[in-house]
Amino acid sequence: MADDAVETDDAAPEGEATDQPMMYGVPCTDERGQTVLYPSREEYPDVLAAAAADGFELCVDLCAVDALTNRSRVVPPGVELERFEVVVNLLDMRGRRRLRIRTQVPADDPQVPSAVGLYPGTEAPEREAADLFGISFSDHPDPSRILMPPDWVGHPLRKDYAIGAIPVQFKAVEGR
Amino acid sequence: MSTATTPVRRPADAVLRISEEAALAAAVVDDETEVATESDPADEPMLINMGPQHPSTHGVLRIAMELQGETVLRSKPIIGYLHTGMEKTAEDLTYLQGPTNVTRMDYASPLFNELVFCLAVEDLLGTEIPPRATWIRMLMCELNRMSSHLLFLATNGMDLGAVGMMLYGWKEREEILRFFESVTGLRMNHNYIRPGGVAADLPDGWQADVEHILAVLPDRLEQFDTLMTGQPIWRDRTQGVGVITADEAIAMSATGPLLRSTGEAWDLRRTMPYLAYDEVEFDVVVGAYGDTFDRYAIRLNEIRESMRIVAQCLDKMPKGPYRTEDRKVTPPPRARIDESMEALIHHFKIFTEGFRVPPGETYVAVESPRGELGCYLVSDGGPKPQRVHIRAPSFVNLQSLPHLMYGGLIADAIAVISSVDPIMGEVDR
Repeated sequence: MADDAVETDDAAPEGEATDQPMMYGVPCTDERGQTVLYPSREEYPDVLAAAAADGFELCVDLCAVDALTNRSRVVPPGVELERFEVVVNLLDMRGRRRLRIRTQVPADDPQVPSAVGLYPGTEAPEREAADLFGISFSDHPDPSRILMPPDWVGHPLRKDYAIGAIPVQFKAVEGR
Repeated sequence: MSTATTPVRRPADAVLRISEEAALAAAVVDDETEVATESDPADEPMLINMGPQHPSTHGVLRIAMELQGETVLRSKPIIGYLHTGMEKTAEDLTYLQGPTNVTRMDYASPLFNELVFCLAVEDLLGTEIPPRATWIRMLMCELNRMSSHLLFLATNGMDLGAVGMMLYGWKEREEILRFFESVTGLRMNHNYIRPGGVAADLPDGWQADVEHILAVLPDRLEQFDTLMTGQPIWRDRTQGVGVITADEAIAMSATGPLLRSTGEAWDLRRTMPYLAYDEVEFDVVVGAYGDTFDRYAIRLNEIRESMRIVAQCLDKMPKGPYRTEDRKVTPPPRARIDESMEALIHHFKIFTEGFRVPPGETYVAVESPRGELGCYLVSDGGPKPQRVHIRAPSFVNLQSLPHLMYGGLIADAIAVISSVDPIMGEVDR
């Protein structure tokens, strides 16, 4: 089962010249034993495709982070910090290894290419991230709200969305 | 492999992509007319809403289904009715208060939620927990897996018309919850596993209670086998219903019994061991056909495997402290508070301000009864987390539902929903 994908195996860490470990052509760090990649938004689909071809067949999780108030992030040199991050956790079931991909997403244009075409299982997590953070995933097949009501205003998990300050929004159901 | 490259066998449009309003508008059809139109197979596909108050939807799951006669075509789970913003709440609680929040997500297996959160916090802290705490966690989690699967057997039986099974399942589960109450003080939502260890040591006589559970349960499981596993009606209702292949399951990011039913022996306890699972013997139960029966049989037999692990925990339970001695995360012992002002201040600080966790981010996963339960935790160095994301297995597994139900009968849809075993508290968080 795990044979046909290995041919595009250009995945070995490369670019030793700068001392910065690289994987799939993007900076990579080791966080207490967990491998983390930092692609730009443009590199993100290619990195996902390279990881999928390298054996990371199961996309465990996709979530977003709002780092508006977080001043303590440490990333490899060359990675530009933005307000939002889309964090993808991949799993290689044969090699029993995990991979985390942190993509920086700017606040003024919160848009990321969707991974649903590659990993159909990211459909609901991407809808959740879009719903709660207002990050839009381009080419997502169903970009509707998933947890909040469809007519809800705002994105609750953003750091500038206060808790307890918003009255509960009720809506009437017609014909009842 | 290549789940990513091979297309899923079923039409990719098994998912019905309509808005909630459109689904709601189609819902204003009363039951009488539905029955009348369903009897005519030449009719156009019709849209009906199942739930969110339907008794077989395990809480508040709503499914918009397209029906051709009695055959389910496309469908879409509509969720969010139980959304209470628990991930947002978690950002406002200290790390010590965190378990009280996450334990309410998957309310059928609360200890797993506490466990994964605490493992994430401990990973960032770099804290080692004492062996006894590890083994207590394993003991409690395996008992919790048993109670969770017993709850599944109860509701699965009820959904398929074996109403007696509901009473039997709840009854056995209650035995385990009674033990939980004696250890943690609560039947559910325990807040027992805390960063640094567990909240309290096991009470005197815990071995006898656990031995009682282990002694009683095998006979009851035999009874369940008689009542359901071998019954032709049960088999007719479940075999070949809601089939999924390994490739499809992996593509849909499904984990847990849903993935194992396809023959994929993926169990984090075995494949990526945490706690002390590499020191106990157990078998990973897998299915062969990926159908509803396999998922039922896997859970039934996982109870037996968990009993094996619990028995080993009984034998191997080490002595020693039940929480770390690291004074950074553990309050001083009660006796010290009476004699030392510093201990009192220390105690007060830990429970009011909380302890600080070094900046960083981590992802930790455990095998919950429903699949991979993960916690992505981001800290900025303060006493409260920046971001707590729980990778809820029910939430992700629910995506497979349209694929499982596609082309099946509406009566089988009930069996399929039940076999995915979603816990809505975890789905909506």
